[in-house]
Amino acid sequence: MSRVTSAETFARVRRRENRVLALLALAAVATVVAFCLIALRGNWEYALTIRARKVAAMVVVGCAVAVSSVLFQTVTNNRVLTPGIMGFDSLFVLVQTLVVYFFGALALSSADPRLMFAGQVVAMVVFAGALYRWLFDRRSRDLYVLVLAGVVCGTLFSSLSSLAARLINPNDFVVLQDTLFANFNSVDRNLLAVSAALVAVVSLWMVRLFPRLDVLALGREHALNLGVDHRSVVNQVLVAVAVLVSVATALVGPITFLGLLVANLARQFAGVSRHRVVVPASALLAVVALVGGQLVLERVFALDTALSVIINFVGGIYFIALLIREAKR
Amino acid sequence: MIEVRNVTKTYGSTRVLDDVSLTIVPGGVTSIIGANGAGKSTLLSIIGRLLPADSGRVTVDGLDVTTTPGATLAKRLAVLRQENHTSIRLSVRELVAFGRFPHSRGRLTAADLATVDEAIAYFELEEFADRQLDQLSGGQRQRAHVAAVLCQDTDYVLLDEPLNNLDMRHSVQMMRRLRRMARDFAKTVVLVVHDINFASCHSDEVIAMRDGGVVAQGPTAELMTPELLSTVFDLDIAVHDIDGNRIGVYYS
Repeated sequence: MSRVTSAETFARVRRRENRVLALLALAAVATVVAFCLIALRGNWEYALTIRARKVAAMVVVGCAVAVSSVLFQTVTNNRVLTPGIMGFDSLFVLVQTLVVYFFGALALSSADPRLMFAGQVVAMVVFAGALYRWLFDRRSRDLYVLVLAGVVCGTLFSSLSSLAARLINPNDFVVLQDTLFANFNSVDRNLLAVSAALVAVVSLWMVRLFPRLDVLALGREHALNLGVDHRSVVNQVLVAVAVLVSVATALVGPITFLGLLVANLARQFAGVSRHRVVVPASALLAVVALVGGQLVLERVFALDTALSVIINFVGGIYFIALLIREAKR
Repeated sequence: MIEVRNVTKTYGSTRVLDDVSLTIVPGGVTSIIGANGAGKSTLLSIIGRLLPADSGRVTVDGLDVTTTPGATLAKRLAVLRQENHTSIRLSVRELVAFGRFPHSRGRLTAADLATVDEAIAYFELEEFADRQLDQLSGGQRQRAHVAAVLCQDTDYVLLDEPLNNLDMRHSVQMMRRLRRMARDFAKTVVLVVHDINFASCHSDEVIAMRDGGVVAQGPTAELMTPELLSTVFDLDIAVHDIDGNRIGVYYS
């Protein structure tokens, strides 16, 4: 029997991983180019600027959603969970609804978008931080307790916002509904720059953790045995996830299923669990999904619907398929 | 040297470990025996800092396991629990390579890779080295996990029932390897073993536990007596000398 050495095997695996990443990068670039150039008419310079800004927004949001989802799944050791389950989307909706409830729809549309944005990010990070601190300080090592608390909070927040939504007048409600669906057509330029910087900083911070996260994915006890400070890494990841999800949600509204979709597709494509591969792969897939989805939205549905409707439709079907497959195991 | 001082652990209202103190000297194989619920696994987990003790102190070569940075301790002490479920897709080779993490911090050098190859060969895992863990039998998976722990190359190795799921041949081979490792590389191997005869044939020292306390600790030959074993297991066990080994007989 010919001996296969680990050096050879790992080199082969690495080449394959790089090939997958290159392929996905190519797909992302192709989608972006198609989105920018298809049906470009009239003042093309102006149109290109508009489209480039949309693409930039989608890249920022795609990266934030993808990175946060993969990391969240790693620390919870569960492929079916996403930060959405921690009640982030619901908190976003609640904040928006409360603004309309107390100040009317005019306030929502006339408030300084940067102020609104900062408020929402802070609200979400504070909420997440408080929840995590409270749970971890009780020495509850069980992440499932944390997730359960997240589900309960999520339900509470959405119940509160549907209560508030019933109480506001119908015109305000329509305005509110509009802001609650993911929308890349109305992203503020200043917000975009701030968000891009935030996402870049947090992502770089997480890249440093990749090797430790690979170990963490083996499970808590393996991680402890191999000398990874489980608690510290999990805490860092949870704060990063809070910031990333806040940025993405506050920027364009909730896209619940996108993270689930790209994180699992990336694992399937890459065939490995290493973060060095899975994280960039899901970010690229997120860009393809968002830009491709927006393209379909603009060209096929003529902007008659919202991107989140398409993403959540596809993502929802995939989620059900995933649940059925996991249940069969 | 592993020193356990006044360690107590309670789950709810059940006291699993009651003021346990013991010392394990470096070099050699030590087996912990005892009935179910005697506290063997809990003790091993506390020594391996997988579980915090309610009170008491555990030191390994003078390092307190609860306060020493994990990364430092991981180069001296490796521990494998009984259940080793991993939810991610992983090949045997990748799992074994993770054993090098305390040394490589994720960047495997040529020397690390050579150690991985050695461990794979040592545990006869070559045949399915590139198969996914979930495609293996329980015994094969168990060997892969032990290989990963030994790949960590630590002075102290704690294993909770390493013979779990192994057939007779692989059980004997596993014990021989652990023994040889302890002898040739002056490692300290601490095992939780259910089969008293494996403990008798392959360990230098035995720690007998019952109801959360240590009943006896000493050289294997001295502890393999019908009186002690009956106390520990609540079962009549005859002990015979067979080919120079003390064998407990309790099957009929």
